[in-house]
Amino acid sequence: MMGNKDSFITVDKVSFSYTGESGAAEGTALDQVSLNIAAGEFVAIVGHNGSGKSTLAKHLNGLLLPTSGDVWVAGMNTKDEQHRWDIRQTVGMVFQNPDNQIVAATVEEDVAFGPENLGLPTELIRSRVDEALAVVGMSEYAEAPPHSLSGGQKQRVAIAGVIAMRPRCLVLDEPTAMLDPVGRREVMETISRLNEEEGITVVLITHFMDEAVKAHRVVVMDEGKIVQEGQPAAVFQEIDLLRELRLDVPPVIELASRLRAKSLALPEAILTVDEMVTALCQLRSEV
Amino acid sequence: MVPVATFRHITIGQYIPGESLLHRLDPRTKILVTLLLVVGLFFIDTYLGYGLAALYIALAIFRSGIPPRFLFRGLRPVIIIILLTFMLNSFMTEGEILWQWGFLTLTKEGLSKGGMLAIRLILLIVGTSILTLTTSPLALTDGLESLLRPGKRIGIPAHELAMMMTIALRFIPTLLEETEKIMKAQMARGADFESGNLLQRARSLLPLLVPLFVSAFRRADDLAVAMEARCYRGGEGRTKLKQLAFHTTDFLVLVGSSFFVLWLAFSM
Ligand SMILES: Nc1ncnc2c1ncn2[C@@H]1O[C@H](COP(=O)(O)OP(=O)(O)O)[C@@H](O)[C@H]1O
Ligand SMILES: [Mg+2]
Repeated sequence: MMGNKDSFITVDKVSFSYTGESGAAEGTALDQVSLNIAAGEFVAIVGHNGSGKSTLAKHLNGLLLPTSGDVWVAGMNTKDEQHRWDIRQTVGMVFQNPDNQIVAATVEEDVAFGPENLGLPTELIRSRVDEALAVVGMSEYAEAPPHSLSGGQKQRVAIAGVIAMRPRCLVLDEPTAMLDPVGRREVMETISRLNEEEGITVVLITHFMDEAVKAHRVVVMDEGKIVQEGQPAAVFQEIDLLRELRLDVPPVIELASRLRAKSLALPEAILTVDEMVTALCQLRSEV
Repeated sequence: MVPVATFRHITIGQYIPGESLLHRLDPRTKILVTLLLVVGLFFIDTYLGYGLAALYIALAIFRSGIPPRFLFRGLRPVIIIILLTFMLNSFMTEGEILWQWGFLTLTKEGLSKGGMLAIRLILLIVGTSILTLTTSPLALTDGLESLLRPGKRIGIPAHELAMMMTIALRFIPTLLEETEKIMKAQMARGADFESGNLLQRARSLLPLLVPLFVSAFRRADDLAVAMEARCYRGGEGRTKLKQLAFHTTDFLVLVGSSFFVLWLAFSM
């Protein structure tokens, strides 16, 4: 079974438990999770701490293998040893702490790390590095040591390091959690651009709802299960469910819901401040 | 605040970027010539020999375009050792007495021997500094890996050693920054790293080491996962962004220097 035909990544009834020192299972981190991700899609995964988001992410490129169930990436099963490196190249991963994923002592050497592992010829590595740095807007820092960069810049370098391997999908596990607002904006702009302009499939794990709102689809996880899934506009209307799952409700959505409760005729699809302003202006001109 | 402030200024390898002939040489050439020079210096035992060696090193400094003060900066921490070596040899060697005061006797042979040892030490330090001043740590790592590669057959893990050096170079500034952060956090809560005797100070560092180690292991874990996600699978089949290139200049410098140093070592 290869899962859904239109699906680029298929997670099929995956369960996973971490095994402790003794080899005994330590509870289930993923419980019968199924998810299809189409090529070019931008999916956000949200959920409280410990809900299994990182565990799911590590299944998408075979860093972890399902205890039961299967994960397919572009038709390759992650359990298939022989496709391991193809899968890792197809699905690139960016992690939370920018300091702990940069390997080399200069920016360009670090971006070259992936292509070097793939055994590409020197000239090709050079062009891939230059391209990747240009895509994330870090070309002028090619020779800088990573520790001299800001958090947002480091995280863009980490993204460049993955892009240089020409992945078709990018999985980012809370890439903005340790950044200041400026860094967060830089990274989010880079991610959106990669999805829109380069057509790269994006799976973004985040605990910032205003980031999740930018996705095509939001997946909500709780206790190792997917509990809700749909377009941001739909998912974020269910304020009570989000509260119950201990997730923040974006202030704009909260405001819209309160205004609606005061019988103001606001449309359902308000997710950003801009949309709110437009909707309110429209209401005013109608009056 | 002294110890906190000092961490920032530690530079590793003290590389000074440049475009000189020495900067452009293959790191392997520079490593080999430096090694040869270090060994050669132990065989020279005439002042003429040291003079010629000093001339050779001076020429290298001149061609590197590095301001000499950087080279002498490298001497500062070891100046005491050099002086001590000179004094011990000058006063402890038997021979023609030049000057005597109590049990201290300065001999002509001692003066000559002490002087020679001091010069040898100075030349050793200045000579090796030229290598680290003109070669970036990364190039140095690449050069060492390449030179050690033939040793793989006898069990020298060349790639692994080089990867360790690369990661160490990458993480030293990060860990220093972290040390600084933890120190400040603990100082804010009343910890004192500056007063007391040596033992007390050492003991005050203990609470610093525990969080530092915990975080270092956490980082190592994260880094291993990140490296695996980027298809790292050891040195086999790996290529490099910067390929080392051995040019004609390298050949000439290597052969020329080898002959000169060997001649010095055996005839001086
Ligand atoms: N390396 C590990 N060993 C054992 N248990 C783990 C490990 N990593 C995560 N877990 C457990 O698995 C569950 C899911 O964790 P995780 O996927 O990291 O959640 P999230 O990323 O959503 O915060 C949690 O209960 C967590 O304690
Ligand atoms: Mg997580």
